[in-house]
Amino acid sequence: MSVFNPLKQDRGGQIFLAVLLLAMVLVPAFNLMLPEASPFHVSTYTVTLLGKYLAFALLAVAVDLAWGYLGILSLGHGAFFALGGYAMGMYLMRQIGERGVYGNPLLPDFMVFLNWDSLPWFWYGFDMFWFALLMVMLAPGLLAFVFGWFAFRSRVTGVYLSIITQALTYALMLAFFRNEMGFGGNNGLTDFKDIIGFNLQEDGTRIALFVATALMLGLGYIACRAIVVSRLGRVAVAIRDAEDRTRFVGYRVEYVKLAIFTFSAVLAGIAGALYVPQVGIINPGEFSPLNSIEIVIWVAVGGRATLYGAAAGAIMVNYGKSYFTAALPEVWLFALGALFVLVTLFLPKGVIGLLNRKRVET
Amino acid sequence: MIRFFQWMLLISLIVTSSLVNAVAANQDDTLEIAVALLQSKSFNEKVKAIEVLETNGGEQAKILLNALLDNRVFYIKKDKRLVVGGSQDKEYSVSDALTGEALGTLHRGQLQKITLNNKMRRQIRSALAVMNLRNPDAEKRLAAVNQMLDRPEEEQAQLLEPLLAQERNDRVRDAMQIVIALSNLSSDKPEQRMNAVTALEGNIHPAVRNGLSRLQRETRDPAAVKKIAQVLETIDHKLRLYSLLENLFFGLSLGSVLVLAAIGLAITFGVMGVINMAHGELIMIGAYTTYVIQLLMPEHIGVSVLIAIPAAFIVSGAVGIAIERGVIRFLYGRSLETLLATFGISLILQQTVRSIFSPLNRSVETPAWMSGSWEINSALSLTLNRLYIIAFALLVFAMLYLVLKKTSLGLQVRAVSQNRSMARAMGVRSQWVDAMTFGLGSGIAGVAGVALSQLTNVGPNLGQSYIIDSFMVVVFGGVGNLWGTLVSGLSLGVANKFLEPWSGAVLAKILVLVFIILFIQKRPRGLFPQKGRAAEG
Repeated sequence: MSVFNPLKQDRGGQIFLAVLLLAMVLVPAFNLMLPEASPFHVSTYTVTLLGKYLAFALLAVAVDLAWGYLGILSLGHGAFFALGGYAMGMYLMRQIGERGVYGNPLLPDFMVFLNWDSLPWFWYGFDMFWFALLMVMLAPGLLAFVFGWFAFRSRVTGVYLSIITQALTYALMLAFFRNEMGFGGNNGLTDFKDIIGFNLQEDGTRIALFVATALMLGLGYIACRAIVVSRLGRVAVAIRDAEDRTRFVGYRVEYVKLAIFTFSAVLAGIAGALYVPQVGIINPGEFSPLNSIEIVIWVAVGGRATLYGAAAGAIMVNYGKSYFTAALPEVWLFALGALFVLVTLFLPKGVIGLLNRKRVET
Repeated sequence: MIRFFQWMLLISLIVTSSLVNAVAANQDDTLEIAVALLQSKSFNEKVKAIEVLETNGGEQAKILLNALLDNRVFYIKKDKRLVVGGSQDKEYSVSDALTGEALGTLHRGQLQKITLNNKMRRQIRSALAVMNLRNPDAEKRLAAVNQMLDRPEEEQAQLLEPLLAQERNDRVRDAMQIVIALSNLSSDKPEQRMNAVTALEGNIHPAVRNGLSRLQRETRDPAAVKKIAQVLETIDHKLRLYSLLENLFFGLSLGSVLVLAAIGLAITFGVMGVINMAHGELIMIGAYTTYVIQLLMPEHIGVSVLIAIPAAFIVSGAVGIAIERGVIRFLYGRSLETLLATFGISLILQQTVRSIFSPLNRSVETPAWMSGSWEINSALSLTLNRLYIIAFALLVFAMLYLVLKKTSLGLQVRAVSQNRSMARAMGVRSQWVDAMTFGLGSGIAGVAGVALSQLTNVGPNLGQSYIIDSFMVVVFGGVGNLWGTLVSGLSLGVANKFLEPWSGAVLAKILVLVFIILFIQKRPRGLFPQKGRAAEG
């Protein structure tokens, strides 16, 4: 079982994957087999909500790979997530076909509304699922590659890098808000009907999406773990801790950074592509700098440089967000703000760090 | 017999019209004649009445002419007395046409309206214009001439030429000459037309441009067309220059807002190396302080802004010191963690303001001395509030610069930022300096908030929209360099405004952001990088 080699030394990762596997089996089973009256019944709404959390968890794992192991605090990973989401959204838009409000077989509704008479060139090919999947990885990957190529070669590091990644996602947000861009402007892409022939509103499709997300999270985790334990990963950690020294020893720091940063962006894009069909909408708000910074706090809360901690943090914070915004909407921003402050002050290693310390002490 | 007598008097009056104007004693007599003529059924006599009123030129004559234009002049059926009606209802509050004396209210049945035709309305308008042109106040005369410029008509040249000879004020003379030239453009004589074209060279009033373009279309003579094209070119050249100046002004005003927002950050980020994501919220707190002070003293809006400046400095500065003492001092040397913690603080501050003041935007009133605009000419006018903000930004910059360079606090701040342990060894209380520096930067953010409250609505999200821009300005200018912040803020503002007409506001902003991202790749330390030991760190 060579796939699981990276997990040999990774107790936390083993537990995490076991829990994930359990959820992948039990959640659909509880939804399909138990009657609605049963206290253990999981409603389809909950399944979708959990699927959303898992997509966020994958995103957090991607951010942790770059931040925890490479020392790049990207405040722009929301942009890669959103780009993946838009690529998937464009596929879903093309699938609507004649069922749109205007019934145009080729053009999505918003283009008809803007009086466009032909499909922009960058929308070609998105009627094919495989092409959309390719773009889900290629679009964020390419952006990260080009951005990283310039940034890492000119040795932009630390807070400067954080700030320009933030500027990147901010610029993209402004751009996607424009109607002329051809991505639906303000409203984004929505009103999706089906994905590879399955109706998005049906329970079966939603469960399948949940299972797919869980699967991708597991695979993404193993891939990141494989990178971390590889030679590349060890050089990355060296760069994180002493960049100049690593460079003097003879490693090409910028290539290591570029490789891991790009991979992380692709992973974020995949998370976005899994997120969009489950929530049913993608709009430029996903690019907002606030979103990207929230992702970072998921990682910080869970505990960085553990990968599974990031995933756990994403799920915990988002559960808290769902709970608070429904029960006490006034309190949510206070709670999130306090979380930022308290975690950085008192829990530099996050919740996982707290648990590990307890284990060491006893 | 009486009619004959009136006629004689009228003729003598017209002959000596300029004299009449000077002899105030005659004014009442001419009014009486006009009033008598107006009651006639013949339009010709009414025309004469208007001429008489024009030569009279007094205040009451003006009132009467305006009332005639509005169809508010009547005579009372009973005693044939001419009156001016007030409100246009069934009941009229009337006043005597001769003396202006109020006569109470009368029912419409008791009154007979004085009717006019369109020719007479035109005549009244030009009469009123001439009366304004004879006004002893030069400003009023100028206004009257400029009004003619807005609606060019052919007869204006004849109307103005005699007045031009008497005019003493240079500005009024210039304006009159332009109007005369403009109306001469439609003259029958080609020579006169070409003289007018030459006279209008370089004049940027829109009416002049329209008149010349029309003439250019209508003229057949190629030489004349060429001449007109040349004059139009001089006008366009001037207009381009002014629109360039206007763009520059807008750019500088945007840039000075950026400088104000960023300069506090230049202290906390540049000098101390603290990433303060709550900087935008400190600006917001300053803006809300302005709002609260205005609520406290609604009678004195003009003064409240001036009081708000120190108040906002103190409030934001205090909040800043609290943040530094409470959170940031535990995180020195861990800049990424500082970034996250201060971001959390910014969320808390936003929500606090939302809970206290509601999430809705509040508008802060602009004091009277800041509203309005400075009109340089018809193509260029600068709004006063933006002008004040440019001056204010420069003032704040100068003060801050002096504080850092000339005071002992500034000396200590620079010492700590260059070498903390060495400064401590020399007896500088570095913790106290940290708190004061952070307080200073935060206070400046509050002052920026006062300025912003004059430009936009005050809301909980005010700060968020400026934080990224502020960081861009500081990073672009070079961290730790106040001059860099000034230059980069102003140049980014100007660049933004010059891109805007070509690309639209949003795209301009995106282009500027992309430019900065690329620029930082090329020169990671900004426009004016720090040199020497301070650069390592």
